[in-house]
Amino acid sequence: MPVNAVGREIPREIDGKKLIPFGGAYARKPEGRLHAPKIPPLIRPGESKVLPSLDDAIEKAGITDGMTLSFHHHFRDGDLLVNMVLEKLAKKGIKDLKMAHIALFPVHEPLVKYIENGVITSTEGSLNGPTGRAISMGKLKGLATLRSHGGRVRAVKAGEIEIDVNFIAAPTADTYGNCNGFWGKSPCGPLSYAMIDAEHADTVIAVTDNLVRYPALPLSIPQTQVDYVTTVDNIGIPEKIVSGTTQITRSPARLKIARQAIQLIKEAGYIKDGMSFQAGAGGVSLAATKFLGDAMRKEGVKGSFAMGGTTRYVTDMLRDGLIDTIFDAQLFDLYALDSLRNNPKHVEVSSEMYADIHTKGTIVNRVDVSFLGATEIDTDFNVNVNTHSDGWLLHGTGGHQDVAAGSDFTMILAPSFRGRVPIITDSVTTVTTPGETIDAIVTERGIAINPRREDILDRLHGSTLPIMPIEDLMKRVRRITGVPKKPEFEDRIVAVIEYRDGTVIDVVRQKKMK
Amino acid sequence: MKERLRRSRLFLPGNNPKIIQDGGVFEADAIILDLEDAVSIDSKDEARILVKWALREVDFGGSEVLIRVNHPDSGFFEDDMGIISGAVEGIVLPKAESEGDVEKLAGFLDTIEKDMGIDKEIIIIPTIESALGVMNAYEIASGPRVAALAFGAEDFTKDIGAERTPEGKELWYARSAIVTAAKAAGVQALDTVYPNVRDEEGLRAETEAARRMGFDGKSAIHPNQIGIIHDVFTPSPEEIKKALAVMRAIKEAEEKKSGVIALNGRMIDRPVVERAKTVIRLAEAAGIDTEELPEE
Repeated sequence: MPVNAVGREIPREIDGKKLIPFGGAYARKPEGRLHAPKIPPLIRPGESKVLPSLDDAIEKAGITDGMTLSFHHHFRDGDLLVNMVLEKLAKKGIKDLKMAHIALFPVHEPLVKYIENGVITSTEGSLNGPTGRAISMGKLKGLATLRSHGGRVRAVKAGEIEIDVNFIAAPTADTYGNCNGFWGKSPCGPLSYAMIDAEHADTVIAVTDNLVRYPALPLSIPQTQVDYVTTVDNIGIPEKIVSGTTQITRSPARLKIARQAIQLIKEAGYIKDGMSFQAGAGGVSLAATKFLGDAMRKEGVKGSFAMGGTTRYVTDMLRDGLIDTIFDAQLFDLYALDSLRNNPKHVEVSSEMYADIHTKGTIVNRVDVSFLGATEIDTDFNVNVNTHSDGWLLHGTGGHQDVAAGSDFTMILAPSFRGRVPIITDSVTTVTTPGETIDAIVTERGIAINPRREDILDRLHGSTLPIMPIEDLMKRVRRITGVPKKPEFEDRIVAVIEYRDGTVIDVVRQKKMK
Repeated sequence: MKERLRRSRLFLPGNNPKIIQDGGVFEADAIILDLEDAVSIDSKDEARILVKWALREVDFGGSEVLIRVNHPDSGFFEDDMGIISGAVEGIVLPKAESEGDVEKLAGFLDTIEKDMGIDKEIIIIPTIESALGVMNAYEIASGPRVAALAFGAEDFTKDIGAERTPEGKELWYARSAIVTAAKAAGVQALDTVYPNVRDEEGLRAETEAARRMGFDGKSAIHPNQIGIIHDVFTPSPEEIKKALAVMRAIKEAEEKKSGVIALNGRMIDRPVVERAKTVIRLAEAAGIDTEELPEE
C-alpha cells in the first residue's frame, strides 16, 4: 500500500474509487477544466415555481434509487429538513442514496436507521455525533468521504460529487426562488455553504417556512438556480440554529490558554495595523477573540478583516472600529445576525471564496492568524479533529484544513488533557490537517512552536512564555495522565479523510468492538 | 526564602484533587494548600492525605508552596504538622493573636527541619483575623521565621461585630495597622481575599487601594483573580524609569566608591533604594525587560 506524505498507508482504490495519496499541503498541481452543471430546463414567462407541498417537490424532482442528495448545514443541530426529506423517501421505498450533505449533527440521529437498512449507502459530508458513530461501527454499506469546507466545494466543481437534487432550507424564499437566511422566523444568516450546490445540482428545491412576495432580498441564492419552491411549517428550531457557545469560558485553565495565545501573537509581531484573523465559536475561541480585541485596543491597532464563523465578540470589534470588515460564511449567535443585517461592512461570502483551493485565491490565504481546536495533535504537529483518541469518528473537518493551510500563523488552542486523555501524542489516531500547516499549540501547561517556523522562534527569543519542544510538553502532560492505550481497529476502511486538494490524507477503519 | 515576590497567593482547598492538580498552572506567586477553613471538620483526614500526596507528585511550577494548617489550639494542628516535608516552603498560620502562636509553630518547624534534614528555612506567614491579632500585630510580625503578615477580613469583621461592606471602611484601621506593623518589623504585608469572584472591577479597585496603602500582595480564592492582581502590582512605565534611574545612581556611586548616592542633585536614602529594587523586581516578574527600556 502506498504511504502518503504524513506516513499513512492509503489503498490505491476502495469500492472502485481511485485514491490519490496526500503529497504535501501545496503539492498537487491543478489541471483540466471544471465540471459544468447541466443546462437548465426551459422556464416560460408566467410559469410558477411554487409547489403545494414537500411531497410534491420530491415527486417533481423524480428521485430514484442511487441518487445523490445535498443539504446545507446552516441550521446545525436545529435542522428539521434532512430528517423530513429522508423519512418521506424511506416511506416511498427509495434506497441506495448518497448523502452529500455539508454536515450532520446529533439531531440527525434518525438517519442511523436509514444507514442500517440501506436507504443511505454512502456519504460525502461531515458527520458529527450519532451518524459518525454508526459509520465507525461499520453500518454504512459503502464509504464515507469527509472533506473540509473548501475541499467539498472543490469536489463539486471537479465533478467528484455530482448532485442530483439539492434541498435548500431557506429561512426566507420568494415565489420565484430567491433565497436568503437573513429574515423569517428561523434566520441563520449567510447561506454560504448552499451556494455551490445550488449552482451545480441538476434540480434545486427551496424549502421555506417564510414564503414572501417576489423579490426577496438579499439575493443569497438567486432565482436563476432554483427549480421549485415549497413550504413546510418549520424548517428548523430557531434557538438551536444559532447554538454556538455564546458564553466566554469561566475555566481558569482555558482562559489562560486564550490569554497566552494573544500574548504569543503579540510577541510574534502579528498585532499591527491591517492584521486579519479567524476565530471560531467555543469557549476558548471566544475568550481569545475578546482578548485579541482588548490587545488591539490597548496597542491602538486597527485590523483589516475577520473571517467568520461570526460571534458577538467579532461583531463588537467591527462596531468599535477595531476591524474594517467581517467576511461571514456562518453565524454563531443572533447578536451577530443583527450586525450582518445592518452593517454594510459585514458581508456574506460563499464557501468557495472562503476556502476553495480551486480558485484564483481564497479569503483564508489572506488571514494572518487563526485559532483552531483539536482532539489530538502529534509530535509532527499533525492534527486530528475527526476521530477521538478512542477511535470513534465523531466530528467533521469543517474549515480546519483550509484555515491552517491559508493563514500565516495557525495556532491550536486546547487544554493539555481532557478527562484523563492527553491532547499531545506521538502519532494522532487520524490525520485531518498536516503538521506542515500548523504553527503552534497553546495549552495551559506550555506552548510548542513548530520548528519549521524559525522566523517565529527567532522573534520569540527571550520570551517569558512557557515555550518548549512539543516532545517536552507531551512528557510534561504524560507525567499527570500516563500514556493512554491506542484504540484497536478492524481492517475494513469505513471512511476516507480527504485533504482540501482531493488527495487522501488518512483513512478511518471500523472500530473493533469488545 | 523570606525575600520573594508575593503579589498573589492562591488558596487551593486541600480536599479537592482536581483543583490541586492544576495548582501550578495559574502562575500565582504562591499557592496555599488549605487544611483549615476550606476543609470541613469531617474532611480533615482526607485533605491531609491528599495534600501529602500532592506535595510529592504535583508540579506547582514557579509558585511558592505554602500550607495553611489549623490553629495550634484547634486539635488538628499536630496532625497537620505531621505531613510537612521539604517540599513545603512556608506555613500560613491562621488566626494569629500573639507571638506565642508563632513561636509554637516555629518550634515544630525547628524539630521537623532537624529530623528530616531540611536545609532551607520554612517561613511563616501569620494571618491577622481578630481584634486581638491587630492589637498584637507588631509582635506577631516580629516573631521567628516570619516573612510576611497577612490579613483575613472575613473573620475579622465577625470578631469586631462589623458589617463587611463593598467600600471596606470598617477594615481601614486593621489594614493600616497590619501594613504599619509589617513594615516596622521588616516583613511584607499581604491583603485579604476579594470574596466576589465574578466582580472583576471590584477586585481591581480593592487591589489598587491595597497597593496604594502599602500592601505587597493580595490573596486570591479563584485562579481568575490572579491576572488582575498581578496587573495591579505591575509598576507603570514611569515608576520603572524612576527606579532604573535610582539603580544607575547606585551603580555610579559604587564605581566612584562614594558613600553618598545622589540623583539629580538630591541624596537618595535607604527606603528609596529598597523601593526601587522592589519596582524592578515587580516589573521583571510581569515579564517587562527592564534592560530594553530607554534611558532618560
